Amino acid sequence: MNEFQVSILFAAVVAGAAPIILATLGETITERAGLINLSLDGSILLSAMAAFVTAYLTHSVAVGFIIGALVGALVAVLVAVFSIYLSQSQVAVGFVLTLMARDLAYFIGNPYSRLQGPQVMPLPIPLLADIPFFGPVFFNHNWPVYLSLVCIGILTWYMYRTPMGLALRAVGEHPKAVFARGMDPKKLQLFYAVCGGLLVGLAGATFSLSTKPGWGRPQGAEGTGWIALALVIFGGWHPVKAAIGAYLFSFLQVMGIYLQGWLPSIPTQVFQVAPFPLMIFTLLLISLAQKEAFLARVEKMPWIRPFIQMLSGTPPSALGKPHEAE
Amino acid sequence: MTMAQITSPGPAQLLKFVREFGLTLTVVVLFTTLVLLIAGAPPLDAYFYILKGSLGSWVKISHVLKTWVPLTLCGAGLLYTFRIGLWNIGIEGQVMMGAVFATLTLRLGLNSQWPMWFLGLSFAAAALGGGLWALIAGFLKTKGGVNEIFAGLGMNFVAQGLILWLIFGPWKRPGVASMSGTEIFPQSLWLPYISSLRLSPAAIALAVTAVLITAVMLRYSRIGLCLKAIGGNSQACVLYGLTPTHFMLLAMMFAGGFAGIAGCLQVSGVYHRLLPAISSNYGYLALLVVMLSNYNVWVVPFVAFFFACLNVGSIQLPMMLQLDSSLAGVIQGALVLATLAVSAWRGRRAKIFEAQTQEAVAK
Repeated sequence: MNEFQVSILFAAVVAGAAPIILATLGETITERAGLINLSLDGSILLSAMAAFVTAYLTHSVAVGFIIGALVGALVAVLVAVFSIYLSQSQVAVGFVLTLMARDLAYFIGNPYSRLQGPQVMPLPIPLLADIPFFGPVFFNHNWPVYLSLVCIGILTWYMYRTPMGLALRAVGEHPKAVFARGMDPKKLQLFYAVCGGLLVGLAGATFSLSTKPGWGRPQGAEGTGWIALALVIFGGWHPVKAAIGAYLFSFLQVMGIYLQGWLPSIPTQVFQVAPFPLMIFTLLLISLAQKEAFLARVEKMPWIRPFIQMLSGTPPSALGKPHEAE
Repeated sequence: MTMAQITSPGPAQLLKFVREFGLTLTVVVLFTTLVLLIAGAPPLDAYFYILKGSLGSWVKISHVLKTWVPLTLCGAGLLYTFRIGLWNIGIEGQVMMGAVFATLTLRLGLNSQWPMWFLGLSFAAAALGGGLWALIAGFLKTKGGVNEIFAGLGMNFVAQGLILWLIFGPWKRPGVASMSGTEIFPQSLWLPYISSLRLSPAAIALAVTAVLITAVMLRYSRIGLCLKAIGGNSQACVLYGLTPTHFMLLAMMFAGGFAGIAGCLQVSGVYHRLLPAISSNYGYLALLVVMLSNYNVWVVPFVAFFFACLNVGSIQLPMMLQLDSSLAGVIQGALVLATLAVSAWRGRRAKIFEAQTQEAVAK
């Protein structure tokens, strides 16, 4: 492959990763605040449907994105209220919402299937887009892709460099301490669930208005929500590492298309399910990396240590355990 | 946890149940009607077609029962894993692997002189297939520390990939491989059925047996007690000399085995071939069934029957009203959420009431 093709490949990876990054970052915020929003796979589809339908009816992509984000936030609010204020199992509510949001999307979106609707226009950044290699890879996309790139930076800065970010991390680690500092852990968790939901909704809108334009059953975004949930763990609940995971996954997807062309003897189904065993394998490594016996055995294999270090991440200690006021 | 809470019904509790049920139903009907109005559909017509399409004739009822059987089998299996506190989301893949193992056995019996033997053998193979698939997720959880939700989910996608590969690869139909599945088995390898209804009594009998076995196992056996104890407090059980991981694997095996049999029935009793959508989301749906049944084994068959009615009845919607059949899933999800909300709300009120009476007594 010459340089020209490589830049096209990487540009496709960056563009394809945009919705996955948005969803992964959204879930990272939510989980850092101590709440698991398991409904991602359904809420991405529901917001994709809502975004496409409103954009189609109003002929405005911007309105579509706003409605998509709001729908994502709405599902997140449901999960948060059920778990924080009604003390129901987050996993149960999240799972029910996964199935229900998906079916709701198929039901309401049915009349709008396979229609030609509005799409986000490409927006090459002047001057920067002309840089060889980096120009086409990073600066010749549309604005949701730039948004995904900017969000990684903003979120990392917010989480690790601001007082609000400290409160966000604290409420996921030790809600009682946050309570003692005079803040309401429940309100904080609800707030960050909404923030995360907005990003998940934007991810859905990005799917139906940019990455895989249009609506149908199946839309093509099915399964992404589960991938995003796994990437949060893969990234050790850190936005930058999670984004790297999203790029790796997008790379796998793009390579799958290439490999199908090169190796027609291997059935296409193998490439489609390849990320999932990989997901299990990484989760296994992450969990093993925290076990002393495993580390002792690996000690003799120095080449493996950087991998383990990269994968080691501890979940927020109050994840999934809502704060109970005394 | 409300998971293991089983109380004997008294008149006061019955009244409370009726009141909660009425409130839940009102919320769900209002929500569904709203959804139908948003979709621009006549709500009353939609409800009527769902009712007529599920209970309107004996043939329709036999369709409902065909859906009821796998839902009940999976529901019974899930009770074991829920009892010990595991979220066996991988049940969907366990149904698929049961179907794969059953198809494999039936293919071996294609030119045999004793097809009934292979038919019988296919159930054992399916239970083994589902059980093994569940065991993988179980070992990933107990030995590898991988959350069972992600392990199970990943395994579901792998099973789906395996089925697609088999249908388009080694087991493809002579001529063109297609999404319509493998070649249909000869009638000698079909589960015996009542010809007017195309319903096999053996399938119904299996589902009923599964419920009975589960009820006895969970309520009266040592294993059932251990599962419940570990689900309640696994650390305390270690002190009593129980090994939680062993029971987790056992529960996974039971769930996978029942799910595998459901997959086998889909092949030998319903479709008579392997399809890409052989599991029809029954595993995922069974999770909702068990949640709505409040993890009570005697309630599971009834909720499963109601869910089956919704699934079969909503097939009429695309034909009659040009709507998507996924309305069934919307109603089912709304039911579970509304039930959780109503019981949580009533729980809160009961707590406040208790606190007030205690205060009054203290004064």
